[in-house]
Amino acid sequence: MHKIAIIIRKEWAEVFKNRMVLFTVAFMPLLLTAIPLIILVTTGSIEAGSETAGDFGEMPEQIGNLCPPELKGMECMQVYLVSQFMLMFMILPLAIPVTIAAYSIVGEKTTRSLEPLLATPITTIELLLGKSLAAVIPAVAATDLAFAIFAAGAWLIVREAKLLTALLDARWLLAVLVVGPLMALAAVCVSVIVSSRVNDPRVAEQISMVVIVPLLAIFFGQLAGLVYINRQFVLAMAAILLVLDMALFYAAERLFQRETILTRWK
Amino acid sequence: MIHTEMLTKAFGANLAVDHLSLDVREGEVFGFLGPNGAGKTTTVRMLASLIAPTSGRAVVNGFVVGRQDTDIRRSVGLLTETPGLYDNLSAQYNLHIYAELYEVEDPAAQVEKYLRMLGLWERRFEEVGTFSKGMKQKLAIARALLHEPRLLFLDEPTAALDPESAHLVRDFISELRSQGRTIFLCTHNLDEADRLCDRIAVFKSRLLVLDTPANLRRSIFGRKVVFHLRQADESLLAAVTALPVVREARLIDNKLLLRVDEPEIHNPAIVRALVNAGADIQFVGELRHSLEDVYLQLVKNA
Repeated sequence: MHKIAIIIRKEWAEVFKNRMVLFTVAFMPLLLTAIPLIILVTTGSIEAGSETAGDFGEMPEQIGNLCPPELKGMECMQVYLVSQFMLMFMILPLAIPVTIAAYSIVGEKTTRSLEPLLATPITTIELLLGKSLAAVIPAVAATDLAFAIFAAGAWLIVREAKLLTALLDARWLLAVLVVGPLMALAAVCVSVIVSSRVNDPRVAEQISMVVIVPLLAIFFGQLAGLVYINRQFVLAMAAILLVLDMALFYAAERLFQRETILTRWK
Repeated sequence: MIHTEMLTKAFGANLAVDHLSLDVREGEVFGFLGPNGAGKTTTVRMLASLIAPTSGRAVVNGFVVGRQDTDIRRSVGLLTETPGLYDNLSAQYNLHIYAELYEVEDPAAQVEKYLRMLGLWERRFEEVGTFSKGMKQKLAIARALLHEPRLLFLDEPTAALDPESAHLVRDFISELRSQGRTIFLCTHNLDEADRLCDRIAVFKSRLLVLDTPANLRRSIFGRKVVFHLRQADESLLAAVTALPVVREARLIDNKLLLRVDEPEIHNPAIVRALVNAGADIQFVGELRHSLEDVYLQLVKNA
């Protein structure tokens, strides 16, 4: 455990000196938090009608599905619009670890610093865990912090218990607290696999970003009304990610063997 | 300190190390010479428990490679071919990470000791990226020594260094030797090997020869004595060739080049024979072949 902590500290000392990494970890969460809050502010200034959701017989299905019957029309619209961007919070646990892991692993390759590291009494699993956690922890922390800022901002803007409950319902908490870390782990594993084949951190980052594609498909599916993100959907995502993570971690661990790194990572 | 028996490493069909058997004694500087791609680094990686042998056996510091790998890594120091330092971290932090990974009791004190020893203490807070190649190499050597290993693997420690930096590193290796540490030195700098090593192995996928530098010279070229004469001719050549102790004789300008097993014993008889044949001897000396000659001869024959 102590050696994993040493690796994490070392990784952070190194990667956070990189402006690209700092930008991804600091700026992206702020941006993705600001968008739904701006939506709440701008749509909140529009005068709400007196009708409740139950009165909207002709309300589009994708909006109606998200809206509790007791909410008013404009509140339903706010819930719907914010829900579209809530999925963006899932981009953070994918993008941040990809950036950190790409710079951390490919960086070691280019400076040839992996060999002396592997020559110490550290086990490969400790090294892999150290590097993975160094990428996953900031991603999860940034996501949780961004979500907390969003929740606090929403509370300050909305001040309406029913609407606030609809905006911050259990599926999003589940998504941020359970699916987020699982996504981060998947992103790190993909980064390790990709990093073993390339020698430029930017290339590793760009290729690894392919992990965002399924998430974007869900995002656009939701916009188009093809996908309805409810609690079951989020639980299914978590289950699929759990299995995927195990498979990816196995593949990454096989690639992250001393001999493979020293003789095949070019 | 190191014992290998038929140690072999193959990468697919490519046999990088072929049935290597050798012993490295405690306290010696053991030179491991060979051309690029000979398998020197692969051998070091096997002995430092970084990669597994395909077959054969190796014991390092009493631990068996492949079975007690963590113990081996804990007990040896490795200087890799490139320093492999973290350029955007300070010299002190670079060493501190490794002191902790090697479970050094007082990492801060040990880091200070080596930074001071290598003259880098004043620059401890500077990023390693600003260091010269020589300074980086010294820092990498310090990193390999933090846990005070009795056995050190140095893979091309002076490659790519300017003469002054290389000289500093060589001096430090001599100092390590005087501390009684065993050093396994991979190099293709033959002058360096000649100056530093007690014994030398010439290697090209398989062990070609293993001996002291002096014995290697003797075994490859024999011992040669050169007689500088005022004037030489074929009659003088005939006079020495008649002597049974002279294995080979050649006349080059006014010099007689003779191969003799033991010059200390046989030179007086040769001098007498030459004087009796009318020669005026100006100087007598032993011809010393460079290790480079020995090496090139061995590698060519391999």
